[in-house]
Amino acid sequence: MFKLPVYMDNNSTTRTDPRVLEAMMPYFTEKFGNSASRNHAYGWETEEGVDLAREQVASIINASSKEIIFTSGATESNNLAIKGVAAMYKKKGNHIISAVTEHKAVIDTCMRLERDGCTVTFLPVDKYGIVSPQQVADAITDKTIIVSIMAANNEIGTVHPMKEIGAICKAKGVLFHTDATQAVGKIPMDVEDMGIDLLSMTAHKMYGPKGVGALYVRRKDPRVRLDAMLDGGGHERGMRSGTLNVTGIVGMGMAAEICRKELHSESERLLKLRNRLHEGINSKLEDAYLNGHPIHRLPGNLNISFAFVEGEGLMMGIKDVAVSSGSACTSASLEPSYVLKALGLGDELAHSSIRFGLGRFNTEDEVDFVINDVVRAVNHLRDMSPLYEMHRQGIDLKTVQWAAH
Amino acid sequence: MAYSTKVLEHFSNPRNVGSFDKDDPMVGTGIVGAPECGDVMKLQIKVNPLTGLIEDAKFKTFGCGSAIASSSLATEWVKGKSLDAALGIRNTEIVEELALPPVKVHCSVLAEDAIKAAIKNLQDKQANAPQTVNS
Repeated sequence: MFKLPVYMDNNSTTRTDPRVLEAMMPYFTEKFGNSASRNHAYGWETEEGVDLAREQVASIINASSKEIIFTSGATESNNLAIKGVAAMYKKKGNHIISAVTEHKAVIDTCMRLERDGCTVTFLPVDKYGIVSPQQVADAITDKTIIVSIMAANNEIGTVHPMKEIGAICKAKGVLFHTDATQAVGKIPMDVEDMGIDLLSMTAHKMYGPKGVGALYVRRKDPRVRLDAMLDGGGHERGMRSGTLNVTGIVGMGMAAEICRKELHSESERLLKLRNRLHEGINSKLEDAYLNGHPIHRLPGNLNISFAFVEGEGLMMGIKDVAVSSGSACTSASLEPSYVLKALGLGDELAHSSIRFGLGRFNTEDEVDFVINDVVRAVNHLRDMSPLYEMHRQGIDLKTVQWAAH
Repeated sequence: MAYSTKVLEHFSNPRNVGSFDKDDPMVGTGIVGAPECGDVMKLQIKVNPLTGLIEDAKFKTFGCGSAIASSSLATEWVKGKSLDAALGIRNTEIVEELALPPVKVHCSVLAEDAIKAAIKNLQDKQANAPQTVNS
């Protein structure tokens, strides 16, 4: 048996791998020094731990360890990358290109810069959530300083053509930043091959601890410079002051190391589990629609709209399964997911979406349990749904005049 | 955000789920909300022609747990009431009974609207019905 509720929300966060915790423990107890203390053994041993982690983190994206800046997480990395470039390169231009389906940490950062005088182009996406390289090429002007396109989407798992977008940025002499929070450790990421100049990542999406992340900043061809956001002791090559979170960094290093070694076997296993989940649901339920790209997507991500059933109600119906929904009711905003809306999905299908995030610790038995629970709950809620009743009576819901409130 | 025990209880054991024949002259049907807003409630009342009281009620709801609980509760409360008494049910009473948080108050508003819409539908139906004329 397994523990209930089944955790299938690994796009939100992941459980810390026991091997990661084990690597971190000594840095809470004996090895507690400040890695910036240059004159005694306590400092040296923690600096060694940080150096190793820097190698491990660099290695998973094919970077050099000198190009890794440790931060508090991907939100900070995204802020530092975009704001840092906007400030440093303001003489060159003030135009930023991003996409409508980016995470709020990128969108809101761009919108703040827009208020401060930058111009931002948010590119629309196709029905799978993809921005095409051509769209990026067409949007670049002589004022463009940075393109920020996520590697993989957090809600629908859609993976962008990084290499093609990187090549366009390089050809046009524009910096290419990617929020790779969901991608690192799940799909191969290579900053050289993909032409990435700045890359944001976080530990807790890859079985590391929360509160630590990194920003990759290219050192040559071109050498990227950033205006720091925090003033202080000049840590991390002056780009991120503040005493290093040694325990977190060591954990992030070990998490990256495990992901790098196990990426292929793990993604294969997750893909199998995802297909089992998807086929299991599809074989037992009608009108369950996949959101995102059928192939170009993260192996562990499955996002489905269950027509005629509202997402939050469904999550309540499957209380033994921990998942997420794009329904308005799950957020304070009352607006359904802007990512799903950007795909051209009607609001009612956005309200009906559930995101399943499979991860390292999920098993086949759990998947089978989830299939049965979801099917039971969807059927139960459809029996209670006036929309399903109308659908069964042959009424086209689009022709109904609703009294919106 | 955790749900109140009462919301969970109504959600797990909803009262009076189902439908009446909407063409029945003693049935009033109210449909409120919209799919794109994430809630649609259909509430139906059936009135006893002799007593004028609501003898039965049914609902179907597309929505979150609080919307389902609000409509389930509404069907319980209208039963046995006169139309005037049912019109007196206030959303604030539903909020209180189910301990709905502020972000879910709109679910109770929708339930109140559904009761009103069902009663109006019944009254419209009866006003338009052919009268029996004594010769």
